[in-house]
Amino acid sequence: MKLNWQFILDSLPLYRDAAWITLKLGFWGILFSLAIGLICIIAQYFRVKLLRSIVQVYIELSRNTPLLIQLFFLYFGLTKLGIALSENTCAIIGLSFLGGSYMAEAFRSGLEAVSRSQIESGLSIGLSRAQLVRYVILPQAFSVGIPSIGANCIFLLKETSIVGAIAVVDLMNVTKDLIGMYYQTFEALFMLVAVYLIMILPLSIFLTWLERKVRYAEFGNQGSV
Amino acid sequence: MQSLGIRVLFNVKNIRRLLEGLMVTARIAFISILIGSLLGVVLGVIWTAKRKWIRSICRIYLEMFRIIPIFVWLFVMYFGGTTALNVDLSGETVSIIVFTLWGTAEMGDIVRGALKSLPQHQVESGKAIGLGFWELYRYILIPQAVRRMLPGAINLATRMIKTTSLVVLIGVIDVIKVGQQIIEYSRIEIPTASFWVYGFVFILYFAVCYPLSKLSRMLENKWNR
Repeated sequence: MKLNWQFILDSLPLYRDAAWITLKLGFWGILFSLAIGLICIIAQYFRVKLLRSIVQVYIELSRNTPLLIQLFFLYFGLTKLGIALSENTCAIIGLSFLGGSYMAEAFRSGLEAVSRSQIESGLSIGLSRAQLVRYVILPQAFSVGIPSIGANCIFLLKETSIVGAIAVVDLMNVTKDLIGMYYQTFEALFMLVAVYLIMILPLSIFLTWLERKVRYAEFGNQGSV
Repeated sequence: MQSLGIRVLFNVKNIRRLLEGLMVTARIAFISILIGSLLGVVLGVIWTAKRKWIRSICRIYLEMFRIIPIFVWLFVMYFGGTTALNVDLSGETVSIIVFTLWGTAEMGDIVRGALKSLPQHQVESGKAIGLGFWELYRYILIPQAVRRMLPGAINLATRMIKTTSLVVLIGVIDVIKVGQQIIEYSRIEIPTASFWVYGFVFILYFAVCYPLSKLSRMLENKWNR
């Protein structure tokens, strides 16, 4: 199999633009997911009435349906009811809708890892509520939650590959067009895989490293309890 | 007229076609989950090997699916694989191949984790009473590991079911494609059809995945104690 390098070189700008769109959508998706996740976990942790039940329903809906259907529903379904959204907005809303529940679960696993005795000990030595959150709960919750938050970021970045289905000019659509127009199948697929590797491999390696660091902290933590 | 859009779902012919599409989706999911789980157990056992290079190969195999989105794999197989091997594979076959490979990788990781979490003395005691390799795994290790891996395996199954939604994008006539056909067909008569049809598919996926993830969580709570 011989690759046509000239073609690959020529297609670079197309892939660069598409990768940029993917990263942009991914960035906003991750940001809003974090925000939604935070709202969900606050509602659950402090047992806010009503909001807590809404959050529960939302998490189940979001975790048990595929992103593609969520996007189709948003993009094609809601338009017919008079809510017209641009494809990029739809993609970001879809990603946030999906990611929010995953982030909420990550936060929750972190918070649940802080044992009751830690909180009670904090209170008994006279820490205020704010101090308790700042010095006892958050540091421990973070060390447990960070790996799953990172994994969710990678997950969401990978999920952006689907937004092409609602006409966003993303990496998948560029690839499909190049295959369709020029029959340069291998070159286009090579670029597609390469771009995803370049985007996600460093993140994945960084995450593995971070997880090891965090495990280390966790271990010391358990020893002292 | 808008409120009557739901009648698109009360059409027996439409519902029957949607269910036929669902069968295609279910077939892809079922076959790949089944083969993937079986091969995954084999991979998981291989993965616990002492030799480092064997473990590295398993790891690289898994990471390939963790880093590159499944949709990209479907593309690579559908456009690249068929051209390179000069075979004509249907979208359904390609989907089953990709999902099986992915399921095997993820399942292998789950089985490896479960096997490694068993205390070492189980292996040693087994060997001490003269069990061979096959007997050791068949009677001692796998039955104990099943408990630890079942919640993860069920979770994997829901993830695979959700991901089957992507097959529509490589030309498989699945439940989503049928939905799109119905929407196109009734465009003039029922303009809001897309809202109802996509909503219906959304609920279908939810109805399958929600009980499964509930079951997985229940088992986890029950056995983690």
